[in-house]
Amino acid sequence: MNTSATYSEIVKTADGIPLKVSLAKAQRKSKVRGILLVLPLFAFILLTFFIPIFDMLFRSVENQLVPEVMENTSKLLVNWDDRSGELPPEEVFAAAKMDFEKGHAERTILRVGRRLNYEVPGFASLFRKTARRAKNFEPPYQDAFIERDKRWGEVDTWRLIKRESGAFTISYYLAAMDLAYAPDGSVGMRGETQRIYLKLFWRTLALSAFITFLCLLLAYPIAHLLSTLPLRTSNLLMIMVLLPFWTSLLVRTTAWIALLQQEGVINDLLVGLGLLSDDGRLAMIHNATGTVIAMTHILLPFMVLPLYSIMKTIPPSYMRAAKNLGATPAVAFIRVYFPNTVSGIGAGCILVFIISIGYYITPALVGGTDGTLISNFIAYHMSVSLNWGLAAALGVILLVVVLVLYYLYDRVVGIDKMKFS
Amino acid sequence: MKKIKQIQIVLGSAAMLGIMGIASAQDLVVVSWGGAYTASQQKAYHDPFMAMKPDVNIINDDSAADGVSKLRAMNEAGNVTWALVDAVAADAIILCEEGLAEPVDHDTLLAAAPDGTPASEDFGDLIVSECFIPSIVYSTTFGYRTDLVKEPPTSIMDVFDLEKIPGKRALEKRPLGNLEWALIADGVNPDDVYDVLDTEAGVDRAFAKLDTIRDEVVWWEKGAQTPQLLADGEVVIGSTYNGRLFSAIEEEKQPIAMMWDWQVFDLDGWIIPVGGPHREIVEEYLHFATDTQRLADQAKFISYGPARKSSAPLVGKHATLGIDMAPHMPTAPENAKNTLLYNYVWWADRKDDLTERFNAWLAQ
Repeated sequence: MNTSATYSEIVKTADGIPLKVSLAKAQRKSKVRGILLVLPLFAFILLTFFIPIFDMLFRSVENQLVPEVMENTSKLLVNWDDRSGELPPEEVFAAAKMDFEKGHAERTILRVGRRLNYEVPGFASLFRKTARRAKNFEPPYQDAFIERDKRWGEVDTWRLIKRESGAFTISYYLAAMDLAYAPDGSVGMRGETQRIYLKLFWRTLALSAFITFLCLLLAYPIAHLLSTLPLRTSNLLMIMVLLPFWTSLLVRTTAWIALLQQEGVINDLLVGLGLLSDDGRLAMIHNATGTVIAMTHILLPFMVLPLYSIMKTIPPSYMRAAKNLGATPAVAFIRVYFPNTVSGIGAGCILVFIISIGYYITPALVGGTDGTLISNFIAYHMSVSLNWGLAAALGVILLVVVLVLYYLYDRVVGIDKMKFS
Repeated sequence: MKKIKQIQIVLGSAAMLGIMGIASAQDLVVVSWGGAYTASQQKAYHDPFMAMKPDVNIINDDSAADGVSKLRAMNEAGNVTWALVDAVAADAIILCEEGLAEPVDHDTLLAAAPDGTPASEDFGDLIVSECFIPSIVYSTTFGYRTDLVKEPPTSIMDVFDLEKIPGKRALEKRPLGNLEWALIADGVNPDDVYDVLDTEAGVDRAFAKLDTIRDEVVWWEKGAQTPQLLADGEVVIGSTYNGRLFSAIEEEKQPIAMMWDWQVFDLDGWIIPVGGPHREIVEEYLHFATDTQRLADQAKFISYGPARKSSAPLVGKHATLGIDMAPHMPTAPENAKNTLLYNYVWWADRKDDLTERFNAWLAQ
């Protein structure tokens, strides 16, 4: 009885299929269509953005090279107690001889030498020297190795190989944070003369924050002007804001060099006006000042545009109402206008700050020594020193710093408050 | 139906033949430094080679500055598209050690000198790696503004002497060369420079010497910067590649003069990338482009010295300026009274840690 009643209650479409089923079918179709439409972009981003980035990030811990090329040695070194203060047993030397011989034939062993040279200078030549002769080593191999180079008779040499013979390493991260292993395996700060990256991270953050602040200071009045002027004038002004945006970055940066250098336009002008003596020309380029000036100029549109789009939405009647109620222009601005623009400020600041934290070409050209940023060193390790692991570790740290700041921003200001238009 | 299939096959194979026809004009991607340097190679090597072999088409790629990192990336991806790469000696050594460059037998691959001297002897100790085929000797040396110095600098000591030569000086933003110069200027016997640098105290001493001029140095990264800085009067003296100074002095007629004291020699030459295309043509090209006459020809277009001993007497006049090139060669006896050759092996070990220290020193 009951079942038949339920059965009869099911609504069916004209062709007898329950409405629910046919509805789900139609929805599934549109869902599939939606997914198919997004799929090309998703695949594109996956292939050109996420996979390369993760591949690069992975290099910051990856250490396949050493255990792969020195396969026999690494396996035997596991059993060697590096705290015993004694050299590894003869069988390790015999395994090393095999690895060197094979690595020399396959032309891979010197890569290991260059890899270990990042840890302790001198390993490149130690490996080069040894690889050439390993084929002719006669047992006992320990003596043959030590005869070739006395460093093979030092426990620290083998400690380093043992330490870096795993498939993964943290040594790139240590280097990126100005830390290093002592020969006994403990981790400590690097020597005073070798510390650099912490200072650079700090400088990158400080300069980026300062540039963001300057951009905000300059962009706020412009954006306000743009949003209150009649359309025809404001369009003209808008084009002037965007004009540098359409000019090549390199051209703009080089133009700043011509303007700011010691024999440049601005210094010539100041000397000509008698404001500066000829020996007292200002150093405004090839230092942090140059970086700040050029980057503020280049990133200004990124601040103007979000501010403008928010200010455009604030009805002029708000300010009139505030004044009507007795507020002075300053109070009306602080209590009424400014709070309405906070979301635009947030959007502009986070845009400018995040772009400037990874900025590369401008600091490279005008930064000199105290105006270069961490990205310049990442580029250096990518293309000159070829220490890709260290470049990756620096990149990961930079990424983490940005994400942490983004999270803090979300907690303090709220990401949902950020509006671009 | 069958007929259509047949037509398809015929058309298909015709298309295939067409493609093969195009492919038989061999594209050879040759990587070099661009600018005046690639132009000199084009005129001295590429053009005559292509005239000899009409089916070879040489395409210049100017990315030699990133050559090592790009080659490593290509090698990892298993798709090496470069046929031949121009590299400085230090990079050639790294590429060879990383297994990215092919070792070559210089005597079988390269032409002997006109008098029959085998190539390996003609190039001599400039063959710093079994993968390296030297083509030029260039030097990093100083140029100064003749109108901005009170008395012309005559020795490397003057570069470090702020009283004799007041004003800014340009130095390359890397420890290589600068540390050696600092020690020589500090009175170290040039033969002992690397022995001194081997000790911690020696490195400290070099940095201490650099400290004395630190505030007056503009650091350059690209060879074109120093001539520009000199032309603008931003610096009164600066180091750069001698060929760049030659064009600033002789072609652009800038008031600049050379100061050759303790010029640092460096080498530039070819390497064959492992897994690169068209190996046979590359070998033919190398045999041709590194013979005695060709190396001497390049000196007509740029003031770098040919790497073969046998080429030196054949160096003639500049192709457009008509001036004798021999006195402008870094290897000319008048210029080469005091010269330094990088100790490549030593730098291969110490480049990483000393560059780090150098950068930390700069960032202070």
